[in-house]
Amino acid sequence: MSVTSRRKPKLAVWKFASCDGCQLSLLDCEDELLALAGEVEIAYFPEASSATVRGPYDLSLVEGSITTADDRERILRVRSSSRRLVTIGACATAGGIQALRNFADVEDFVALVYAQPDYISTLATSTPISAHVPVDFELHGCPIDKRQLLEVISAQLIGRRPAIATTSVCTECKRRGTVCVMVAHGTPCLGPVTHAGCGAICPSYDRGCYGCFGPMETPNVPALTRQMRALDATETAIDRVFHTFNATAPPFAGVGSDRD
Amino acid sequence: MTERRTKTIKTDVLARVEGEGAMRVRIESGRVTEVQLKIYEPPRFFEAFLRGRDFTEALDITSRICGICPIAYQMSAVTAMESLCGVEVGGQLRALRRLLYCGEWIESHALHVFMLHAPDFLGFESAVAMARDHPTIVTDALALKKAGNEIMRVVGGREVHPINLRVGGVYRAPRKAELATLVEGLERAREIALGAVRLTASFDFPDYDQEFELVALAQPGEYPIDRGRIISSAGLDIAPPEYESQFVEQHVPWSHALHSQRAGGGSYLVGPLARFATSFAALTPLAREVAVEVGLRTPERNPFRSIVVRSVELVHAVDEALELIAAYEEPDAPAIEVTPRAGVGHGATEAPRGLLYHRYEIDADGTILAANIVPPTSQNQVAIEADLRGVVERSLELPDEQLSRLCEQTIRNYDPCISCATHFLKLEIERC
Repeated sequence: MSVTSRRKPKLAVWKFASCDGCQLSLLDCEDELLALAGEVEIAYFPEASSATVRGPYDLSLVEGSITTADDRERILRVRSSSRRLVTIGACATAGGIQALRNFADVEDFVALVYAQPDYISTLATSTPISAHVPVDFELHGCPIDKRQLLEVISAQLIGRRPAIATTSVCTECKRRGTVCVMVAHGTPCLGPVTHAGCGAICPSYDRGCYGCFGPMETPNVPALTRQMRALDATETAIDRVFHTFNATAPPFAGVGSDRD
Repeated sequence: MTERRTKTIKTDVLARVEGEGAMRVRIESGRVTEVQLKIYEPPRFFEAFLRGRDFTEALDITSRICGICPIAYQMSAVTAMESLCGVEVGGQLRALRRLLYCGEWIESHALHVFMLHAPDFLGFESAVAMARDHPTIVTDALALKKAGNEIMRVVGGREVHPINLRVGGVYRAPRKAELATLVEGLERAREIALGAVRLTASFDFPDYDQEFELVALAQPGEYPIDRGRIISSAGLDIAPPEYESQFVEQHVPWSHALHSQRAGGGSYLVGPLARFATSFAALTPLAREVAVEVGLRTPERNPFRSIVVRSVELVHAVDEALELIAAYEEPDAPAIEVTPRAGVGHGATEAPRGLLYHRYEIDADGTILAANIVPPTSQNQVAIEADLRGVVERSLELPDEQLSRLCEQTIRNYDPCISCATHFLKLEIERC
C-alpha cells in the first residue's frame, strides 16, 4: 500500500459519430456523479465542462464511430494520450446505426439528405474504434447501461477485470422472473442471442428484445432465425431486426446472406 | 495610412453543448462582417437509411438521432405514422405518452439549466466545479433531473432511448402502483423547480431583446408538448402538413446541419421563449404565478432570460406530470391496432429545445419510401447567428477572452443540440 498522497486518476470522455446518449449516461448517474467526481479528475468532458486538462489520461471513454477522415486521425491521438481506452456503446463498439451506410453507396446517401453534396466530407463506412486502435474494453448497448458504466470505470481504475456478463438477455429474464415473450406470447425476441447488460427491459414491457446490446459471446443465430420463422416472422422482418443498431457486428451482419 | 491588424482568437472547444461544432466571428475595422455557427458533427444519414424500413421502426431508429431528447423523436415519428394511418391515440394512452414527454422535458431542462447553462452565470467551468461552492444547488439539480429520468425509466423502460412507445400506443401500460412510486420525487422536484425559477431570475442578464418571429405548437387549453397547430407571434396558424410550404431548409458550406428559414425569408425562433410567448395562459397556475413573481414578460424577448423560462417550464412539466399521475386509470389495451396505408404523414411535437417536425411517405405494405426530419436546432441556427452578430456588435470593446465567453453563453441560450442538428463548438474570432 502506498502512503504517498494519491493523485486522482484523470478521466476523459471523447465523442465521435453518435447521439451523445452514452456519455449522457454518465451525467444520468445522479446519485453517484459527485462521488465519482471526488474519486477521479474529470479532465476532458466537453459536454459537461469547459475546463480541459492536458493528457495523458488514465482512462478514456470513447463514444461514437469513425465516419470521417479527420476522426480517423483523431482516434490515433486519443489512443496515444490514453493509458486505458474503453469504448462505450454500440457506435464505438460496432459502428452504430450509421453503419447501415456500409451496406449502401454513401454517395447516394449524401445526395438524398443534402442539397449540396460537395459540402459534405464523410467516409464510405462507419467503423468501430477497434478497427483503428487497440481497445482495452468494449461496453455494449444502445445506449449503455449506467450501472455497467460505473462498474467498468471502477474496475479500470482499480486495475481489475470488469464484472460484465457475456451471456444473453435470456439469462436476465430468467433472473428477474419475466415470463418468456417468445414462448408465452409468440413474440419474436432477440434475447437468446443478444448480449446481456440492459437487465432485460423489453420483455418486461411485453416486447421482444430488439438486440440493441449486440451479439452475446458465441450466439446461435441460425437456431433463433429458425424459431422466428416458425413464429411467422418474414425474411424481411428478420433481416431488419438484425440489421439495425449493431448491423456490422458478426454474426448479426451475416443474417440473410445465406439466402438468395 | 490605416494600420491593419489581423487577430484570430480561438476557444478550442465550446463546451457544455450537446454536439460538435465551431463558431467563427470575423470583425473588420470594428464591424462584424461574418458570423458562422459551424456544425461539423459528422453526418449520419438517417433520412437515407430510413428508406426501406418498416413504418413501425421509425420511432426507435430516429430516437438514435439524439440521446438527450429521444422521446421527442419517438413522438414526432409515431404522430406522423398514426396520422398517416388515420389513427388518433387518445385517453389514458395519450396521457401516458404526455407523462413520458414531461419526463424528458424535466431531465433535459434540468441538465441544461443547471449543468450546462448556470455555470456561465455563476462563473464556473462545470456543475461539478459549481458543487464545491454551491453544493445544495447541484444536489437539488440532480434530484430534479432524476425525477424526470425516473418517469423515463418507469413509463419508458429506461432513461436513454426508452423502449415502451409504439405506433398505436405503448407496449405495456404501467400499473397505477408503478406510477405512484414517482410522486414523492416529483413533489420534491416541484419545490426545486420553483427555487430554480427564483435562482435563475436573480442572475445578471445583459439588456438585450431580439425581434424574431416566435414559432411553436399550440393547442387550446394545453401547454404545447405532444400535438397542436403550428402558430407564430406574427400570425401564422397552420396544420403540421403545411409546414414545408411555410419553412424551407438550406444547405450552407460551413455546416452539416441544414439551415431553416421562413419561406418568405427571415429567421425565426423555436423553443421555450416561443412556447412561453404563445401559450403562457396554458401553463399551470403555479408556473404562471412564479413567472409573474420573478418579472418575466410575455413575450419574453431577451434570449439570455431563456434560462428562467426553461425553469418555469420545469415547474409546469413537474406539475403536469403529477396531475397526469393523479388522474391515471389503467387503459383496457396498451395500444390500438394500426394498419398501414400508402400515403404521406406529418408529425410535429415540442422537443425540449423546440419544434421537431417529421414527414414520412410509406407504401401500402408500410415500407418507408421517404423521410424528412427538421430538428429544432436547425431551425434556430439562423437566429443564433443573427443573435451572435448583435451581441458581438454591442460588445466590441470587450477583451477577446470575455467576448468569447459571451459568445459561448449566447449560443447556450438556445440549448443547441448539435447531435440533433448534426458536437464541440470551437470559437474563432478574427479581427481585421
